[in-house]
This record gives sequence, structure tokens and C-alpha cells, in this order.
Amino acid sequence: MENTIIKLKNINVSFDGEQILKNLNLDIEDKEFLTLLGPSGCGKTTTLRIIAGFLKPDSGDVVFGGKTINGVPAHKRQVNTIFQRYALFTHLNVFENVAFGLRIRKRPEKEIVKSVREMLELVNLKGFESRDVNSLSGGQQQRVAIARALVVKPKVLLLDEPLGALDLKLRKDMQNELKNIQQRMGITFIYVTHDQEEALSMSDKIVVMDSGVIQQIGTPIDIYNEPVNAFVADFIGESNIVDGIMREDYVCEFSGHTFKCLDKGFRKNEAVDVVVRPEDVDVVSYEQGMLRGRVTSVTFKGVHFEIIVDIGGFKWMIQSTDEQFVGDNIGLYIEPDAIHIMKKSEYSGLYGDFSSYSEEFDELSDVNAEPEEVQDE
Amino acid sequence: MNKLSAKTRITLTAPFTVWMAVFVVVPIGLVLFYALTDASGSFTLQNLSSIWAYRKTYVLSLELAFVATVLCLLLAYPLAYSISKMKARRQQTMVLLVMLPMWMNFLIRTYAWMTILEDTGLINTFLKSFLSLFGFQFQGFSMINTNGAIILGMVYNFLPYMILPIYTVLTKIDGSVIEAAKDLGADGFNIFTRVILPQSVPGIISGITMVFVPAVSTFIISKLLGGGMTFLIGDIIENYFLGNTGEVNYNVGAALSLVLMVLILISMGIMNRFDGEKDPKGGAPV
Repeated sequence: MENTIIKLKNINVSFDGEQILKNLNLDIEDKEFLTLLGPSGCGKTTTLRIIAGFLKPDSGDVVFGGKTINGVPAHKRQVNTIFQRYALFTHLNVFENVAFGLRIRKRPEKEIVKSVREMLELVNLKGFESRDVNSLSGGQQQRVAIARALVVKPKVLLLDEPLGALDLKLRKDMQNELKNIQQRMGITFIYVTHDQEEALSMSDKIVVMDSGVIQQIGTPIDIYNEPVNAFVADFIGESNIVDGIMREDYVCEFSGHTFKCLDKGFRKNEAVDVVVRPEDVDVVSYEQGMLRGRVTSVTFKGVHFEIIVDIGGFKWMIQSTDEQFVGDNIGLYIEPDAIHIMKKSEYSGLYGDFSSYSEEFDELSDVNAEPEEVQDE
Repeated sequence: MNKLSAKTRITLTAPFTVWMAVFVVVPIGLVLFYALTDASGSFTLQNLSSIWAYRKTYVLSLELAFVATVLCLLLAYPLAYSISKMKARRQQTMVLLVMLPMWMNFLIRTYAWMTILEDTGLINTFLKSFLSLFGFQFQGFSMINTNGAIILGMVYNFLPYMILPIYTVLTKIDGSVIEAAKDLGADGFNIFTRVILPQSVPGIISGITMVFVPAVSTFIISKLLGGGMTFLIGDIIENYFLGNTGEVNYNVGAALSLVLMVLILISMGIMNRFDGEKDPKGGAPV
């Protein structure tokens, strides 16, 4: 492709005998906001470090603007990185932190002052020039890191979970700001995160990774609506994933009922995974339901109620604005376009049942869900 | 950090406070008292003005301590840097080796240098017999009783105090900060001069303090390796208090100590200015 700025070809990386990246291939287009999304240990940060030049792959090529740059050291690459923990120079003030890259390039003082000023204005830190970076808040430090990387005019900016250490409100603001900056600067952003919501709201293209393998590449809408397998369906948003059988094109059967759907191209009677998003299920009376079950738990979430329904032993999650009560028997109605059919994969059967579901459990098993950020000040 | 209650704080710091009061504050008070009084106990500036006679000794002491400190720094920094780059297990071993000489008594170590440097010492004896094999007549170097020998003794004894604080700050530099510098285009030289060196300044300062202060006030090293030929200010002070070579005079001795203390404080003040100056370019002209 003509517009491709970075191409990763057959990248393999192992640490201590464990394969981190398995034959990874990825094309990154110029000026796009691309997100590498996946649970920790999926290889997303490793991919980023390979592009930055901090890590050499065991095999494979990194191509930048048509040239293979395998042997080019980090300091000679036209990419810059925003580190997870900012990595500011604590012995320098805000101005000198941002000016660092320009001083290395031996730019004239006048130009340095002008560029640094512009960058600090871009990240809303005007007037902070002579402040000590240690005296800044997390969000401000992050802005300094962004200005410091952008001032040297990289073609590609790499961001390694840059908002991970910020609180929720600030994170939302920074998401918008980063997106704005990316569009205004007109450069490529490669963003690493484990937060699916962040990925969905910012990206032009999402690359979902797990255990060193790219699972799916697509726009946020594609990824959400058309996940390729149970892993992607489960990782992006909430999903009910049930075993089903494709009777013929546009007709599938699951949970003892035959449904119309919009999917085709499967073998007759092929076993498949069926995804139904909780918000796409309508609650109807028991008699009218295509599926019928008993409510086992109801949680008020503000925007909606989260209702767990036991249907033949499989627990479904439903999001509805109408309150239901535990013990009620209700019916469920599912439109054809709410059903998404996936081929069976290695992830089949691992996800999508809410029988052991509890929020706390979810967080406990998520190694990335850090306890409240400890500010060392 | 949770703040301790005032009561707990006072209780916890009491032993140290008492110790400092009895063994530091009171003695300094006594030094002040003796320095500003005569034998009969009445106020005088006589002691302080008599010190002018020792100005050359002060200069020499500062000079030798300065040279020793610079040498320590030059030896210690590269070593501390390479230790900090080793694997964790190696680092422990190396730090242990650095501290090893400190397990031996200071005096014994300095005596050992006497027997090494003497005219009939290890080095000269070896050189003489070695060269005589080839028919050369060698008179031997005179190494002991020189300023060089004193500096050697200082460097040898105080080197670990320079290595350890520098090593400590170097290990604390965040790896991602170095990556950030690399990322912004810095090569090895720039990373060192613009990131590692400035970030290790606090270690350098405390290393210099820990070497310079004992070096400038030492009397035992100059006594043993200077052989009574070179007197440093520490030797003079010792003489006034113990009367080894002349009369005992606490008042002049105390005045000498007081002036030395002031000189050290001034030196440290100058040093700390470098530490406080985070950005020599002064940042943005706002």
C-alpha cells in the first residue's frame, strides 16, 4: 500500500524461551490513529518497543517509509515515545525538558524558544516554562512528555498506556485532547492500551492482540459489531457468547430456538459461536419470549439495569432501562441484526457466560486494574 | 506518608537529640568558648589573630585535600558507573569488594602504606634487587614523607566514601529516562552528559563532602606518611591539645579548629550551590 508508513514483517520475539510475538505482520498507515489493544502480556508493548528501536526482534523486518530499519538505533529513528510513567528529566525544568530533543539537534536558541513555546501552548501548559517538573501533577507531567516528544516533529508518535496513571475524569479529557493533537499535527499515533473503551473512542483502527498474535484488525465499529472470535467479542464490551448451529444461510439455532440472522457463508449445520450484546436484547413478557428464563441478579448501573437471566443453565447478561426483579420469569426477544455468528476458535467456550460474574471478580483477575495510583510526592 | 503525632516524633528522636546535644552541641560550644578566651577565662581575640601564622598550613591542607578529592572522584565515578551497569548479583559482590578495605583498621592500613613506601620499603627493595640483576645501581625513589604520599594515603582511605554514594544515585536513575533521552535523539555521549551526569550530581556532592571533610582535617595520615616533614592543620591542632612538640594551649587549638570548621562550611556552601543549580541555562526567558 502506498500510504503505509510502517510495516512489520514476520516479527518474532522471545524472552527466556517464552514467545512474546509470533510471526506478527502489521501495516500502519500514515496519519492514522492506530491502537494496539489487548490484555497485559499480549505483546502490545513489545510491538511498540520494536518500532521505537528499544528492542530487536529475533527475526523479521521493520520497514519505515519503504526502508528496512532493523539496524537503525532508537536515537536515529523518526519516531518518538510517550512513556507510561512519563520519564521526564527531573533535573531539568519544564522548558528544558521540552527543549531536550532540539538541543541535541543543536538548533539555534531562537528557534528552540519559539518551538518550545508553541508546543507548551499546544498542550495547554503556557506559563509553566520555568516550573520544576517534580512540582507538576500527573496530568501536567503527561502534557510535558507529549510536548517533549512532539517538538522534534516525529512522523510517528508511540504512546505506551499514557493515561494509565491518571484518574478517570482526567483520562477522558486527555483522550479528547490526544485525538485533537493527532488531527492537528497530522501525524501517525500508535497507541497501546488495555482499556477497550479508550481504544473504541479514540482510534481509527484497532489491532486486538492476545498471546503474541493479532486476533483482529479493524475500525472500532467493525471490531465491536463483527468480532472474529470469542476472545475479541469478550474483550471488547460485554458479550453473551453461546454455542450455536448454522442451519443454513441466515438461519441459526441456539439455546433451543431458531433465529433469523444476517450471517451467511457457513457450512450447513456448522457449529458456531453466537454473540449477542447485552444491550441488543429486548425484555418481553414470558409468553412472548423467543428465549425464556429466570432473573437471578439485578444491578442498577445508572444508565441501565444489568440483569442476569438464567436460560437453561446458561447465564445471559441483559442491559435494560426497565427494572426487573430477582426471581421473575421473563422472555427475551432478539432481532436478526443483534445476532453475530463467529467461526469456532481456540477461544470457544472460554468466554461469554456470566454464571461466575461479579464485578469484583472481574477486577481481581485483571492484572492491569491497578489499585489506586500511589502518588509519590 | 502518614505523619507521626508530635508525641511519637519527640519520643523517637529523643535518643538522637540527647546524643547530639551532649557530644556535638556542647563540644562546639566549648570550642567557641576556648577560642574566644585566654588562659584565665576572659574574652580575647588574641587566639584568632595568632592563627595568621598558620595560613600556609591551612592552604596546604586545603590543597592536599582538594587534590585527593579530585583523584577520588576521577577514580570513583567510572567504577561506580560500571558497577551500576552490572547484573544485580555482580553488583553486590563489587560493592562488597569496595567496602572490604574498610573492614580493616584505618591505622593498620596506613602503617601498611609506610612499609610499602619507605626508602627501604617494599617498592624500593624490589626495584633495587630487580635492577641489580641487570647490573644497574638504583638509589631508590624517596616516596615516603612527601605530599604525594599523603595524598595517596587520603585517596586510599577515603575512596570507598566517594564510590558508594555515586553508585547509589546511579542505580536509582530510571531506565525509562535514559530510553526517553535515546528516543529524543541522544547518543551515548549526550545521554551521559545531559542525563546521567546531571542526575548523579547529588551523589557526587555527598561523595565529595565525605572525602574532603575528613581529608582536610586529617592528622594521622600526614603524621604517618608525611613523616613529620609535612604538617597539616590537623597536626597543628593535635599538637596544641596534646603538647607533643610544644606547650599545651587549648585556646589557640580551639581557635584553629574554629577557623577550620568555618573553612569547611564555606567549601560545602560552594559545593551545594552546584547542587541547587538545576538548570545552568536558566530555562526560558519568561
